[in-house]
Amino acid sequence: MAKTVLTLLGTKKGAFILRSEDNRASWTLEGPFCEHWPMNHVVGDPETRAIYGGGGNEWFGPAVWKSTDLGKSWSHSSEGLAYEEGKDPISAVWSLAPGHGRLYAGVAPAGLFASEDGGVSWSHVEGLQRHPTRPEWNPGGAGLILHSLVLDSDDAGKIWVGISSAGVFATEDGGETWEPRNSGTRCDFLPDDQKYPEFGQCVHCLVMAPGRGKRLYQQNHCGMYRSDDGGRSWASIENGLPSTFGFPAAVHPRDPETLYLLPLNGDIHGRYMPDARAAAWATRDGGATWADKRSGLPQENAYFNVLRQALAVDRLEPAGVYFGTGSGEVYASRDEGETWERIAQHLPSISSVETMVIET
Amino acid sequence: MSAAAQAVETRPVVVRLAPLLVTLFPEADRVVELQAGSVRELVDALDARWPGMRDRICDSRPAIRRHMNVFVDGRRGRLDTMLRPGADVFILTAISGG
Repeated sequence: MAKTVLTLLGTKKGAFILRSEDNRASWTLEGPFCEHWPMNHVVGDPETRAIYGGGGNEWFGPAVWKSTDLGKSWSHSSEGLAYEEGKDPISAVWSLAPGHGRLYAGVAPAGLFASEDGGVSWSHVEGLQRHPTRPEWNPGGAGLILHSLVLDSDDAGKIWVGISSAGVFATEDGGETWEPRNSGTRCDFLPDDQKYPEFGQCVHCLVMAPGRGKRLYQQNHCGMYRSDDGGRSWASIENGLPSTFGFPAAVHPRDPETLYLLPLNGDIHGRYMPDARAAAWATRDGGATWADKRSGLPQENAYFNVLRQALAVDRLEPAGVYFGTGSGEVYASRDEGETWERIAQHLPSISSVETMVIET
Repeated sequence: MSAAAQAVETRPVVVRLAPLLVTLFPEADRVVELQAGSVRELVDALDARWPGMRDRICDSRPAIRRHMNVFVDGRRGRLDTMLRPGADVFILTAISGG
C-alpha cells in the first residue's frame, strides 16, 4: 500500500501542510489553515488520522484546532481550556500530544489539560498546579510555557513535561502528583554555588527515545543532556557540539542512540547558525560523539534560528529529518540527515514541524 | 404602560459582530438582535446561539479580552455594563499589526 508523508507546520500565521509520496522527492504546500492564527504546535494522530493545531490569538485567546480530513476543513474549540476565575487566563496552547486515547495540551501560563473526546472539550490536570514549587516558577523569554510534552507509550500514567523556565517535571500517576527531574542540568545564569537547583532550569526541548529503555534527551538553554533513568539524573553530552545553546532535538524513530540537534551560536550572540553556516548535528552513539551535517544547507549568511518544536523525524526507512526556520524555510533530509534540500520557503516564521505518515 | 411604551421597553439589542469573529463561526450573522440586560447576558446569548463564541470574546477572569472591544451606544463597555432596550452594540477586534 502506498504511503503519504505529511509534514505539519505551525507558523506565526497559520498551519501549513507539506505533502509528498513516500519517496519524498517532491512536495506540495497546502494552507494557510486555522484562519492565520499563530500556531505553536501542529501534530498528527496516526491512530485516527486527525490533525490538531494548538495556538493562541491576541484577539481571541487559546484554542485547539482540528481537522479530520487531512486539512481540508478545520474546527476549533477551547471548551474547558481555562483556569478557574480570577487566575491569569491561558494565553495560548503551546504543545500537543496524542496517546492512550487522549489528547494532552500544554499551555501558557504553564499547565496541562487533557481531552477525552479528540479536542472537543478539555479538563485541567490540576496536580501540576498544586506542586509546591509552582509559586516560584519564573517565565522564560517566551513566557511561562509548557512546551514539551512526553507520553510513555506503555504506561498511560507516566508523563514528562518541560516548562520554561521551571524545568522538567514528571508524574507516574496520570497527573495527580509530580516531581522535578532536573538533577545534573545546569543553570549557568545563576551564581556559582546555585547552578544545580532542584527546579528552575531553562529546558528548551525534551524528547524520548524509542524502545523500552525510556531514555530521554534534553536540549537546555545551558547544555545538552541525556537521561537513562526517566529523568531522575542527567548527564551532559555537549562535548563535541559547536555550542551548548539550541532549541529543538529529535530522536531517530527506531534507534535510541541517534539524535539530531540544531545548535545555535549562543544565547547572547544573536541565536543564529554558528558562523552563519547552517548545520544539523547528529550523534549515532547516544551523545558520545557528534558530526555536523551540512550537505545541501546554506553555508553563508544563514542568520536564521530554529525554534524548539521545529525539528522532526518521520517513520519511514530510511528516516526523514525535517526542520523549519524562523525565516520561513523548511529543509528536509530523506537519508537520515546526511544530505538536505529546501522543500519550502517564504513561509511565515515557523514554530513547529511534525510528521505523519499515512497509508493511502 | 401603553402598548407603544411596552414595545420600546422590549426592543432587542442590536449587535454587530466583527468580520473576523464571524469567520470563526460560519453560521453566525454579522448583525444579531437579541434580548440582554447587560454585556454579560449578551455574550451568554451569543454563546447559546453559537457555542464557543464566549471564549473568543471573553477570557476566564472573566473579562472582555484585552484586544477585543465591546462598544455600547458608542462607549467602550465591560461585562457589567448595562444595556438599554434597543442599545447598539459593536463587538470589534482591536487594531493590531504584525
